[in-house]
Amino acid sequence: MTETIDEIAIRTEQVSRSYQMGDALVRAVDDVSIAIRSKEFVALLGSSGSGKSTLLNLIAGLDRPTSGAIFAHGRNLAEMSSEDLAQHRSHTIGMVFQAFNLLPRMTLEENVELPLRLAEVERADRAGRVRESVDRVRLAARLTHRPSELSGGEQQRAALARALVNRPTILLADEPTGNLDSATGDAILHLLREINESLGMTIVMVTHDRDRAARFAHRIVTMADGKLIRDGTRP
Amino acid sequence: MKTRDLTELAGRNLREALLRNSLTTLGIAVGVASLVAMLSLGVGLQQLASKRLSRSGLFDAVFVSSRLNQRGFGRPTRPDPATAAPPKVLDAEARQKISVLPDVVEVYPEIRFPTEIQFEGKPFSTTVAGIPASAKSDGAFDGMKGAFFSGPNVDEAILQIEFAKDLSTQPDSLIGKDLTLRYAERQPLPAEPSAGKSKAGADGTTPHSAETDLSPGFSIVPREKIFRVVGVVETEPATGFGGFGRGRLLIPLQVAETLRITQANDLREILRGTSSKGNYDSLTVRVKGPSQVKSVEDAIQAMGFTTFSLLDATKSLRQVFAVFDLLLGIFGSLALAVASLGIINTLVMAILERRREIGILKALGAADRDIRRLFFAEAAVMGLVGGILGVVLGWLIGSALTFGTNVYLRRQELPPIDLSSIPWWMVAGAIGFSVAVSLAAGIYPASRAAKLNPVEALRYE
Ligand SMILES: Nc1ncnc2c1ncn2[C@@H]1O[C@H](COP(=O)(O)OP(=O)(O)OP(=O)(O)O)[C@@H](O)[C@H]1O
Ligand SMILES: [Mg+2]
Repeated sequence: MTETIDEIAIRTEQVSRSYQMGDALVRAVDDVSIAIRSKEFVALLGSSGSGKSTLLNLIAGLDRPTSGAIFAHGRNLAEMSSEDLAQHRSHTIGMVFQAFNLLPRMTLEENVELPLRLAEVERADRAGRVRESVDRVRLAARLTHRPSELSGGEQQRAALARALVNRPTILLADEPTGNLDSATGDAILHLLREINESLGMTIVMVTHDRDRAARFAHRIVTMADGKLIRDGTRP
Repeated sequence: MKTRDLTELAGRNLREALLRNSLTTLGIAVGVASLVAMLSLGVGLQQLASKRLSRSGLFDAVFVSSRLNQRGFGRPTRPDPATAAPPKVLDAEARQKISVLPDVVEVYPEIRFPTEIQFEGKPFSTTVAGIPASAKSDGAFDGMKGAFFSGPNVDEAILQIEFAKDLSTQPDSLIGKDLTLRYAERQPLPAEPSAGKSKAGADGTTPHSAETDLSPGFSIVPREKIFRVVGVVETEPATGFGGFGRGRLLIPLQVAETLRITQANDLREILRGTSSKGNYDSLTVRVKGPSQVKSVEDAIQAMGFTTFSLLDATKSLRQVFAVFDLLLGIFGSLALAVASLGIINTLVMAILERRREIGILKALGAADRDIRRLFFAEAAVMGLVGGILGVVLGWLIGSALTFGTNVYLRRQELPPIDLSSIPWWMVAGAIGFSVAVSLAAGIYPASRAAKLNPVEALRYE
């Protein structure tokens, strides 16, 4: 399989992110180089504190590396202005979190619409886009509900709809099933798989669950102490 | 983010912490209200004062006197040897010339004389003053009983209340009654044949026609004239300088002029050998407005007369009011400054509470700029609503003050006044200022919110 720039969605080159904690230097991400192809579904494994979230945030452009380069579709995030990084998050990246992070006072519909407001999508186009996204996660019946009126699984599906609504090319999920029971978690993973296959979306998902990673992802990357220690494509 | 979305989100956020944001907005409103109340009081008092002053005739009037008379008063102004022309006399011709100057409304002499009247068979001595037609709009006649003279040439009289009380225990009942005025008329001695043609009577004889009477002297003849009382006035109208017009029996100026009353300067002129062709001691020139006083004064001085006006007095008066306004404004602004601390506090609190929300917005693609504008928008909305509320509140305070003052004034039997005044520029200015102050107060919270690290804000708690 030949690799071209187009086929690489994300590439990191010797990326490090360290924190100065008093006298100690904490290397949250330490010299990580990895390439993730477009349409790939990657599971990021590792014990707590191994740097998974930090790496994900670097790829998202929410954080900047201390050293090294990160390319998203060939564009170096390290060279971008904070304004450009916001554009990158708006148009290229969709994010879901363990804590769902829906805005509690907005309805499901309003939560899903939020990225469209931020991306300055025309008002007339918004309702259709929201509808399309909500349909994809099968929550059309819950449009006017607030997050508190939704179950955990529904909340995560709502968060997923919100991540997809501006049609990003890369979906970053930080322990999306961490707060859900296993059946509900499985449903979310099926959904991710479906999105990966039908939309051809690149997915990087942090998880603690090696079993599920093996069941749903194409590739399992393992981190420890900020470093990549294993990178295995599913057989 | 587009402005509409920004405003929607800001409004939504404000509604979420309704109590706190309402209290903050109320704080702004109170600040704006005190500013508006203070300023409106300042403007109101200023308007009141300048209205009274301009009506008093002191600030749109120029007092003209002949240099001849000036010397006569024992204030020798050395005649300019270069011009060496004899001092101009203030005669009817000069009066005519002055009256056609631009911006001159009216030129009239001071006519005021002691006399005796006959009312219901009894004699009363009093002082009569000629009142120019322009005095009708004078504040002094605002609260009068009855009416102002029906015309400039009617035999009607207005009584000053104290004098009216002398005449009757019920001053109001005097209106419509007649009284007889006794006065000393100056009659030119016929020395030239043309003088014989001049009307012997006093009526209708103007100083113009009197000019032909180049008589060496005149005789004084006692006369009587009947006037109908048309009104009673509370205050003593003082239209002019030096107590001019301070009479107790007021008659139309034109009528007073035709009476050809013997005046003090007549005697002086006789002694000096100058003719008695109707020269004036002084003239009062009423100008359109205080701003035209200077040019009219200059023009009259160029004609060779001495002038006097209270222009400089107005200037310093305006300065006093400017300082007064400034001080009131500063006190009001202080209140608003305190209110702006409330905004800062509220928005900083909001950042602490909305850390996570800010992190989420950034993760969803919000730029620092969007977050900053969102906080600014919230500050602006609070400033706008607070400003509008404040203007209303300030107006209420001003109205309450006016009401209270008028209750007091009524008890003192004084006419009511409009104490506070809120012109449109103040409404717009107060709201604009409120928004500006709120935006300034939002600078720190907004930039702090914008700089918030999303990774830390989103870390699972
Ligand atoms: N802002 C920070 N300041 C100091 N240290 C930090 C900061 N953020 C992360 N770290 C440290 O970096 C390391 C990696 O953290 P990270 O959150 O990426 O781990 P993780 O693999 O996502 O763990 P978990 O599975 O518990 O979510 C940890 O040791 C953490 O304490
Ligand atoms: Mg983590």
